[in-house]
Amino acid sequence: MIIEHIDAQLPGAIADRHAFRGDQTIVVAKAGFMAVVELLHREGFQFLVDITAVDWPEREQRFDVVYHWLNLASQERLRLKVPVADGESVPTLALLFKTANWFEREVFDLFGICFDGHPDLRRLITWDDFPGHALRKDFPLDGGDAFCMEGCTAPYNNGERARA
Amino acid sequence: MSELSINDAVVTTRLDAVVNWGRKNSLWPMPFGVACCAIEFMSMMSSKYDLSRFGAEAMRFSPRQSDMMLVLGTITNKMAPVLRTIYAQMAEPKWVISMGVCASSGGMYRTYATLQGIDRIIPVDVYVPGCPPRPESMIYGVMKLQEKIEKESLSMRKDHIARFYESLERQEAIQTAKGLTGQQTIREMLMDAADRGVGSIF
Repeated sequence: MIIEHIDAQLPGAIADRHAFRGDQTIVVAKAGFMAVVELLHREGFQFLVDITAVDWPEREQRFDVVYHWLNLASQERLRLKVPVADGESVPTLALLFKTANWFEREVFDLFGICFDGHPDLRRLITWDDFPGHALRKDFPLDGGDAFCMEGCTAPYNNGERARA
Repeated sequence: MSELSINDAVVTTRLDAVVNWGRKNSLWPMPFGVACCAIEFMSMMSSKYDLSRFGAEAMRFSPRQSDMMLVLGTITNKMAPVLRTIYAQMAEPKWVISMGVCASSGGMYRTYATLQGIDRIIPVDVYVPGCPPRPESMIYGVMKLQEKIEKESLSMRKDHIARFYESLERQEAIQTAKGLTGQQTIREMLMDAADRGVGSIF
């Protein structure tokens, strides 16, 4: 229902969509992202459940930033994905949704995706001078730690041991 | 002749033996509970298994008031400097029991986030295997520590702890010189130790 509404209000904003057993997903380009979010916010999608990201190393736009919303009035849920390239940033939602502050810090920490306009974009989980971003698929599983045993590197690293 | 008149009121012994006898029967445990091993620890302390049978029931949650640290669970690299600080704060002489495989070797977490065994950063006296170890194994670990205390020499224990303090000073020096966080300093020290083929940073 909300997807049709977005289509009517912002034609062409939704680049791709799919649904599986009522599990609605839309893909939105970065350019039209804020307009869609503001529309969702107005339409009652005011509970931002989660922000995360997915790394697709073989894709040109390497990351999907994934948002989950819940409409508390209608109990409707929506997943929104924004594809971004490595080094590209996404506008922050921290001013619209308080909870986005830490979620975005987490995504920044683990994937290295920057959020424009974020009030305090520091690492959340790993320490300040942690080398690299741990959830990227080319990050070695042992973090280059010599104390982890041989042969525990991520598949995308071709078995090489990265030292920060 | 006077020796005969006091009979068995006097016993001659070594200083080490009598001090260690006192130490081993009055351990003050401090739980460093960070994972599920801490749940087994609760069971070990409470009435069914009851560690107080071995003279170690005075549990304290402050490192200043305890001399046996029980590391119960997974220590992450981010927690490493905290663990070192808390160990440094404990009253001397101090002992460490590494409870469970995570604390002892990183266990199943062979990742960037997990410290591959606390013996890389602090001296450990007894390792208790298990995931998590049952209360019986934990108590056996404490008994093994008591055996160890009985046999050790006072000066060796002192030197053992002094070596750790030296490494702590080295850590602070590196941290200030390079302007790193505590976590990164320990990581660098670990990497350096690995290059030299040493298993620990103290």
